[in-house]
Amino acid sequence: MEIIVCIRRAPTTDARIKPAADGKNYDPAGINFDISEYDKFALEAGIELKEKHGGKATVLSLGPSAVSKELRTAIAMGCDAASLLVSDGNHDSWAVASALAAKIKTMPHDLLLFGWNSVDSQSSATGQMVAELLGLACVSVAVALEVKDGVAHVERLASGGNRERVVVKLPAVITCQKGLNKPRQPNMKGLMNAKKTVIDESPANAPADGVTVLRMDPPPPRPAGKIVGKGPEAAKALVGLLRNEAKVI
Amino acid sequence: MQNFESPDFFNLDDVLSEDDRNVRDTVRGFVDSNVMPVILDHYEAGTFPTTIIPKLGELGVLGATLPEEYGCAGMNNIAYGLINQELERGDSGVRSFASVQSALVMYPIYAYGSEEQKKRWLPEMASARAIGCFGLTEPDFGSNPAGMITRAVKDGKEWVINGAKMWITNGNMADVAVVWAKTGGSDDPKSIRGFLVEKGMPGYEVREQKKKASLRASNTSELFFSDVRVPEENMFPKVEGLKGPLGCLTQARYGIAWGALGAAMACFDIAKKYCAERIVFGKPLAGHQTTQHKLAKMLTEITKGQLLAWRLGVLKDQGKMNHFQVSMAKMNNVGIALDVARVAREMLGANGIMLEYHIIRHMCNLESVKTYEGTNDVHSLAIGQSITGLSAFG
Repeated sequence: MEIIVCIRRAPTTDARIKPAADGKNYDPAGINFDISEYDKFALEAGIELKEKHGGKATVLSLGPSAVSKELRTAIAMGCDAASLLVSDGNHDSWAVASALAAKIKTMPHDLLLFGWNSVDSQSSATGQMVAELLGLACVSVAVALEVKDGVAHVERLASGGNRERVVVKLPAVITCQKGLNKPRQPNMKGLMNAKKTVIDESPANAPADGVTVLRMDPPPPRPAGKIVGKGPEAAKALVGLLRNEAKVI
Repeated sequence: MQNFESPDFFNLDDVLSEDDRNVRDTVRGFVDSNVMPVILDHYEAGTFPTTIIPKLGELGVLGATLPEEYGCAGMNNIAYGLINQELERGDSGVRSFASVQSALVMYPIYAYGSEEQKKRWLPEMASARAIGCFGLTEPDFGSNPAGMITRAVKDGKEWVINGAKMWITNGNMADVAVVWAKTGGSDDPKSIRGFLVEKGMPGYEVREQKKKASLRASNTSELFFSDVRVPEENMFPKVEGLKGPLGCLTQARYGIAWGALGAAMACFDIAKKYCAERIVFGKPLAGHQTTQHKLAKMLTEITKGQLLAWRLGVLKDQGKMNHFQVSMAKMNNVGIALDVARVAREMLGANGIMLEYHIIRHMCNLESVKTYEGTNDVHSLAIGQSITGLSAFG
């Protein structure tokens, strides 16, 4: 089975994101980057399926050359090959999906895996757009995945916390959600192996963005806390406020 | 507790390779997931977190610089240093476990051992299926190992070992002990040889040393040898004299020079964040001159220590490092780490003594790290010898 896992380089989940001076993107200063959190579930799923069914798992990304660090982590986890579409620019989901789809068309593929959402742009769009551009079916927010006889059996999160069970004939696109698996940690031997891997780099040639960011504003500062009194009377006042003002009890 | 942010005031990340940073970040993630959630309970209980042992093997950090043909990762020394830094950011006891396994047991097997010894033990130890300990120090001989009493006498195709070793990390958990013993007279340190003593050999007993106030999440034991018969193929064939154990200690001290920085960086990060949030006299503690003076001094010392460790790693990878340089780096970095931990402890006031803030644990651990693997006094004598050409030992 030929599996392609698309990953994005994004700030770590504990990063403190604040708008950059241009007010249109976040300021990368002091931020640590990693594989976007949900993409790790896609990577683990791709590697597990390859280990079970044989074939090849290729990791694909679009971004600056520095993304090679995240690609090597994916190799260290167990991917067999890595491709990078090099671009230093910021692109919207459509531009990224277009460039990825153009590259994927040149690669053998039975299954395309994505994280359901990226932790920075939070557009939740790229996987579905790639499916559309390639004319493939797409199952989103997968929390369980098995492949048998060329068909993917997927459980996905539906409204109301329900789990929907679907089947989709491969090739198809599946976007992955937390709960699908427990992403493995790369080990030192894997990292040493990844060091020797040649990353297939080519220019991204992403089309122009369809969406223009006008402004990125920080969230409003949290209002100051309120001291409602001292001693037993404070408890009574606090309960009153929780019941009547905050309406949480 | 917020996630760890590592201080990098002189942009040392820029001189680390992408691969080395990847190693560091991977081990950092491992420590966050596997060490931090359990370390306080183990420290309080005085037990080593044994559940992480197979995970350390799986991670591949044990004997990480040794070749792939023996099941190891074949990494460079900067990466190895960063592994130690991250493990000790978790706990000095965890780093000690890995240091002993890697530098004091796997290294001598690799450097001094026979091919059979390497093939038998190194893959097992890299994967943590076998654990090792290192027996050099004795109850009455620490800084002067040449005086050791433990003796090995040849009897046919076996060596018969008698003696005792003390302060042995991993002792109670070890499947194999690297034991150094005199094969000649009691005043003949040139006759010191290394032996692989295996768990279960008749006459070999181990007793854990309890009631420690430092390195509580680490196993420390006494080893006793009473007519222990060891086959001759268990002796290291390639080294004689004190240079055998001292060569191992140079490897271990290199790791400690990096490891202590991890503990210092953790204490600095915790104190910095605490002072940003703690309001005193109407403003954050961090806004007071006395606090800023302390933070500036701590960061300056950590930065100097980082530069020392990094340069030592470059020299080691180039094959140019000498043991005097290792003495300076170990002495300095553990010394400043303990100073940083003590100041950080003070900055947190009463909270500083609580295990949940981690600093007191690092501080107590570093008291041991400062004196094991060569006290500061011993290291200063080594450096003094390098400066003057005169030995002041003895």
